[in-house]
Amino acid sequence: MTEILRVENLKKSYDGFLAVNGVSFAVQQGELKALIGPNGAGKSTCFNMLMGQLKPTAGQVFLDGENITGKQPRDIWRKGVGRTFQITGTYQSMTVIENVQMALMSHHRKLFAMRPRAWKLFRGEAFEFLETVSMADQADRPCSILAYGDLKRLELAIALTHRPRLLLMDEPTAGMAPSARIALMQLVADIVQDQGVSVLFTEHDMDVVFAHAHHIMVLNRGALIADGSAAQVRNNPQVQDVYLGGGTLFKEAQDA
Amino acid sequence: MTFTRRTLLAAAAALTMAPVAALAQDTIKIGEINHYKRMAAFAEPYKKGIELALTEINDAGGVLGKPLEFIFRDDQGDPAEAVKIAEELMTRDGAVMLTGSILSHVGLALSSFAAEKGYLYLASEPLADSLVWSSGNPNTFRLRASTWIQAAMLAEEAAKTDAIKYATIAPNYAYGQDAVAAFKENLKRLKPEVEFVAEQWPALFNIDAGAEVQAIERSKPDAIYNVTFGTDLAKLVREGGDRGLFEGRSVYGLLSGEPEYLEPLGDEAPEGWFVTGYPWYSFDEGTPEKAFVDDYIAATGETPKIGSLVGYLTGVSIAAAIEKAGATDTASLIAAFEGLEISDTPIGTLMYRKIDNQSNMGAYVGTIALEDGKGVMVDWTYKSPDGYMPSDEEVSAMRPAE
Amino acid sequence: MAFFFAQFLTGLANASSLFLVASGLSLIFGVTRIVNFAHGSFYMLGAFVGITLMNVLPGTVGFWGAILLTGLAVGAIGAFVEMVVLRPIYRAPELFQLVATFGVILVIQDLALMIWGAQDRMGPRAPGLRGVWRIFGEPVPKYDLVMIAITPFILFALWYLITKTRVGVLVRAATQDREMVGALGVNQAWLFTGVFALGSALAGWGGALQLPKGGADLLMDFNIIGSVFVVVVIGGMGSLPGAFIAAVLISVLNVFGVTYLPQSTLVLMFVVMAVVLIIRPYGLLGREEVAGEHGQVGAPETPIRPYGRLGQTLVGVLLLALVALPLVVDQFMLILLIDMVVFALFAASLHFILGTGGLVSFGHAAFFGGGAYAAALLVYHLNTPMEIAFLFAPFAAGLLALGIGWFCIRLSGVYFAMLTLAFSQLVWSMAYQWRGLTRGDDGLVNIWPSSWLSDTIPFYYFTLAFGIGGILVLRHIIHAPFGYALRAGRDSPRQAEAMGIHVKRIQHTAFGLAGLMAGLAGGIFVFSKGSVFPTELEIGASFDALIVVFLGGVKTLAGGVVGAGFLTVIEDWLTRLEYWRLLLGLVIIAVVIIAPEGIVGTLRSRWAKLRGHNEEVVK
Repeated sequence: MTEILRVENLKKSYDGFLAVNGVSFAVQQGELKALIGPNGAGKSTCFNMLMGQLKPTAGQVFLDGENITGKQPRDIWRKGVGRTFQITGTYQSMTVIENVQMALMSHHRKLFAMRPRAWKLFRGEAFEFLETVSMADQADRPCSILAYGDLKRLELAIALTHRPRLLLMDEPTAGMAPSARIALMQLVADIVQDQGVSVLFTEHDMDVVFAHAHHIMVLNRGALIADGSAAQVRNNPQVQDVYLGGGTLFKEAQDA
Repeated sequence: MTFTRRTLLAAAAALTMAPVAALAQDTIKIGEINHYKRMAAFAEPYKKGIELALTEINDAGGVLGKPLEFIFRDDQGDPAEAVKIAEELMTRDGAVMLTGSILSHVGLALSSFAAEKGYLYLASEPLADSLVWSSGNPNTFRLRASTWIQAAMLAEEAAKTDAIKYATIAPNYAYGQDAVAAFKENLKRLKPEVEFVAEQWPALFNIDAGAEVQAIERSKPDAIYNVTFGTDLAKLVREGGDRGLFEGRSVYGLLSGEPEYLEPLGDEAPEGWFVTGYPWYSFDEGTPEKAFVDDYIAATGETPKIGSLVGYLTGVSIAAAIEKAGATDTASLIAAFEGLEISDTPIGTLMYRKIDNQSNMGAYVGTIALEDGKGVMVDWTYKSPDGYMPSDEEVSAMRPAE
Repeated sequence: MAFFFAQFLTGLANASSLFLVASGLSLIFGVTRIVNFAHGSFYMLGAFVGITLMNVLPGTVGFWGAILLTGLAVGAIGAFVEMVVLRPIYRAPELFQLVATFGVILVIQDLALMIWGAQDRMGPRAPGLRGVWRIFGEPVPKYDLVMIAITPFILFALWYLITKTRVGVLVRAATQDREMVGALGVNQAWLFTGVFALGSALAGWGGALQLPKGGADLLMDFNIIGSVFVVVVIGGMGSLPGAFIAAVLISVLNVFGVTYLPQSTLVLMFVVMAVVLIIRPYGLLGREEVAGEHGQVGAPETPIRPYGRLGQTLVGVLLLALVALPLVVDQFMLILLIDMVVFALFAASLHFILGTGGLVSFGHAAFFGGGAYAAALLVYHLNTPMEIAFLFAPFAAGLLALGIGWFCIRLSGVYFAMLTLAFSQLVWSMAYQWRGLTRGDDGLVNIWPSSWLSDTIPFYYFTLAFGIGGILVLRHIIHAPFGYALRAGRDSPRQAEAMGIHVKRIQHTAFGLAGLMAGLAGGIFVFSKGSVFPTELEIGASFDALIVVFLGGVKTLAGGVVGAGFLTVIEDWLTRLEYWRLLLGLVIIAVVIIAPEGIVGTLRSRWAKLRGHNEEVVK
C-alpha cells in the first residue's frame, strides 16, 4: 500500500488558542478512514487546512509525497483531491446535472470558454456520475428544491468528477435519516472499492463510522489521541474517557 | 439617459405643452430647452422674461402675421438629454430654431448639435467664451456678455488701485477656471506688476468656506477676486465676514451683484465689493430699462433678476430675427441674425456681431452697499462690451475656419 | 502653529455635522442593511424644517428648541418612509431597497421645491454666537467652537444608547445577527422602524445644526451624500466610533487639502477612501462581512436556459420589427430608440456582473463614459477616423475595467461597491479637471460620425448592429461555460474554489468584459450625441444603470434590457410634466413594492403561478 496523504505536526492557532495542536497521520491508497471527535475537537479546522481553505500555523501536508501546505483549494483540487462540505454548497441557480457539468467544465479546463453552450457540454459524462449516486432521475430538477439527502449525494457526484485520488468528506451524512446514512456510506465504500479512491471523512454517527471505516482517528482538543482499527480505538481507554457520556454508544456499536 | 442626474434637474411646463397641439398650424414655434428643476431659481425668472416678451409681441400681432410660441422643455441639466430634446423639438414639434440653457456645457452640446444638423441655436445665458470663439460655429449666436468680457470689466477697475498681491477663489470647473484666467490675463496686461499669491478652487456648491477663508488669509493678499456664486458665495461671505477676511481689502466679484445671488445674502451682503450685476432697483424713471422693470413687476408680481432681462431679450431677439428674415427656414434666420439690430430694447440698441455672432449686450458694474437691510449695487454704470473684447483679428483667429 | 491649530478647529467643526449625518446612515445600515441613498434628503429636510421653525420660534431658546424639534420632525418623516416604502420590501433581493430610496429622493426633492420654493435660503445666525473668538491670535467663529463642543456629547449619547440601554442591546444584536433579534421575541419590524427614525433624526439634526454656517438649498441632498458615504465606508459600515474617526479624518484632511493642494477639492476624500479600502478592505473599524450575509436573499434564481423555439421566434420578430421600423416611424422615434439601445447595452453590461456575477458596482459609468471619452479624445486631438475611434472605445474601457477591477475585485459586497464608486470618481475628476486633455466640463464637442453614418437611419442600423449585437453576445456568454463559472462563484464561492475555479480571476475577467461592453455603449453614445461631458462619468450615471437593472429584475437575464426600455420611455413621458420628479419617484416606489423581483422577475413568477394553477385545474 502506498501513502496518499501524509500530515506532519499540523497546527492552527487563533489568537493564541490552539485549535489544532500538532496532528500527524497518514492515509493509505484505497483506505476509508474516519476522523472523529467531540464537537470543537478541531475536525473541521483540520479538514480546512488539508484542502487549503485555512492556512496552517505550522506543520506540513503532503499529497503523494508532494508538499501542498498552504496551497489554494483550487490548486489542491487540481492535484486530485475532492471535497464535500458539512453544509452543502451546491449552486442554487443551476439544475442538478448542471452542478456536475460545472465541475466537469472545470476539470476539462473549459471555464473561460465563451462560445459553447454550457448546458450541452459533458452532459453524458455528468449523467453517468449522477447514475453512480442514483440521482439520474433528478438530473434536470433545480438544485434549490432538492431534499437534503439528495444534495449530499449530488455533492458526492460532484466530488468524483475529476476522478480524485483522495476524497475529503466533512460530515457526509449529517442531517440525513439513519437508513439513508448507511446507504450513502455504502455507496462511498463501493466507490473506494471500485475506483481505488482514498477517503478521509469526519462523522458524528458512530454507526456509520464503525460500520464502514477501515481505520479511525480520534481527535480531542486539537490533538490525536488514537489512530487505528475500529477495535483498537474502541478499546482505547483515553478514547472511552473522552466519550464518557457516549460510552454506551460504543457498547451499542460493539453489539451491532 | 440620466435619471438621478435628472433628480437634480428641471421639468417642462405641462401647461405650455397643452396648447401646442391645438395651435399646431397657426404659430411659429421656438424650441426652448432649460434646466427648470435643477436650476429652478435661475430658470424661472428667465422663463418669465420670455413670457413677458411673448405677450408683448403677440399683442402687437405676432411675427409674420402669426403668434410666436415657445415650447419649454426640461433637460435636467444633462447635455445628452438636451440634444435628444432638441432633436424632438426640431423634427417632431415643428420648432424653427432652438434656444435655451444656462449651463455652458449644455450650451456647447446644443451648439455642436445645431451645426451638425443645420439648425439655428441662440445661446442666451451660457457664459463660456468658447461658445462663440474657440468652439464657435455659424449656427450659434450668443446673447449675454461672456465670462471674458465681465472679468475684463472687473480687471479694469482692479488695475486702478494700488493692490499688487491678489488671491482668487473660483468654483473648480470650466467656468471658474475661465473666469480666473480671463481676470489674470486682463489685469496682467493692464498692470504687469501684479502677482497672484493664492488660487483657491472649492468644489462647485460644496465649498468648505472656513478652510478657504483661512487659506486666503494665510497668503495675505491686497485684494481678492471672487467667482463663487449661489450657496458657495453665501458661505464664503459669512465665514469671510466673521473671520475679517475682507477688512481692508478690495474684493472683485464676478456676477456677485446679480439679484439671483445678492438677494439671498440679505443683510449680510458684503459691502464694498466691486461686482457685476443687475441694479434694477435704481434705474431712472423714463428710461427703457426702468420701463422693463415696471412691466415685469406688473406682469409677474416679482422683482426682476438678470435672468428676466436675458429671457426678455431672447424673446425680442428671436421675434426681430424672424421678422427680418421674412421666413422661418434656418438659412434665412441665420442670415437675419448676422448683424441683426434691434433698437429700443431695455439696454438700448441690441446688435449681433457678424464677426463672432456675439451680441453687444454689456454688463452693469458697481459697488455693493447695504440699504434697508438688503444688498444693492451703488455707483453703477452700464458698460458695453466694446473695448473689452479681443481685437477682431484675435477673434477671427480663435474661431474655427468656416 | 496657531494657524495649524485654527485649521484643525475648522476641520473639527466641519466634522460635527458630517458625523451626525454619517452616524445616522451607519446605524441604519448596521441594523437594517439598507443602503439608504435618501439619507441626504433627510439632511436637506432638516435644513429646511430648521429654518422654518427658527423663523417662528424667537431667541436663544427658540433657536435651540427649533433644532431639537427639527430632529424629531425629520425622525417622524423617516419612520413614515420606512413603514410605507421599505417595510414591504425587506425580503427583496440584496440592495433592492436602494432603488426604493432613490424613489424617495425624487419625491422629497419635488416636495421641498413645492413647499419652500427654488431660492436658496441663508441659515439664521445662532443668537449670541455671531462673530469670532481669538485663539492664539487666530479668529475662530464662536459657532464653530459650539459645534466642536456638541459633537462629543452626541457621540456619548449614542454610545450610551447603544451600550447601556435595552434598545441598544437589541440594536447591537441586530447588527450582528438579524435572526437572533427575532428569536429574542422582539418585533423586528418596529426595531427597524425605530432605528430608521433615529438615523433620519440624526440626519435632520445635522441639517439644522449647520444652518448658521450655511443654509438650505435644493442641491444639498446630493452634495452631502457622497461625503457621508465616504465617511461611513472609511469608518467601517455599521461602526459609530468608526464614523466619528472618519468624519474627523476627512474633515481635517480637507481643510489642509484646501490650503496646500487647492485643486484637490474634488477628489481628496475619494482618494482617501480608495487608499483605506485597499489597505483595510472593511474600513477602519468595520467587521469582515460574513459570507452569505449579503448573499441571495429571497427565492433563489431559477436555472437559466436559452430561449426555446417560441422565445427565439419572438425575439426574431422583435428584431425584424426594429429593422423595419424606419419605414414607418419618424426620425425622432429612431433617435429615442438609439438612446434606448445604448442604455440597454450599458444596463446589460452592468447586469452581467451584477446579476450573473453578484458584484454590485456603483461605478459602472466610468466604463461607459470612459469608452465615450476614449473615442472622443482620438477624434478631437488626433482627427482619428470615426470607425477606428469607435472601435477604440470598448478596447480602452475594457482595459480601464481590468485596471480598476484589479483593485476592487478582492473586496466584496458593499465595500466592493464603494471602491468601484471611488475609482469612478477618480476617472470623473480626471475628465473634469485635466482640461488640457479633456477640456473639463466644456466637454469634447463635434464628435460626429463619418458621413456615411451621419443620417439618422444609417446610424440607427449601426446602433442596432452593435448595440443589440453586444447584448446578444453578453447573453450568449451567460449561457457559455464562462457565464456558468461566474454564476458558480456567485452562488457558492467556497464550492467553486473547491472545484478548481479561480473565482476572483473569473470575476476579474467578467468585470473587464462588462467594462468593454459598457465602453461599446459609450462609443455609440458619443457619436449619436456629437459630444461628451463629465456628466457621463458622474455617480448619477452609474446609478441610472443600477436602478434599471434592479427595476428590470436582477435575477432575470432580460432584466437590464427591459428595465432600460421601461425607464427611458417613462422618463421621456414624465419629464414633460411640471412635477415629473415626484411622479417618477412614485412610479419607482410603486414598481419596487408591487414587483419586488423586478418587472421581468415578477411577471415570470406570476406567469409560472398562473400556469401552475391551470395545470392543477386540468388535472
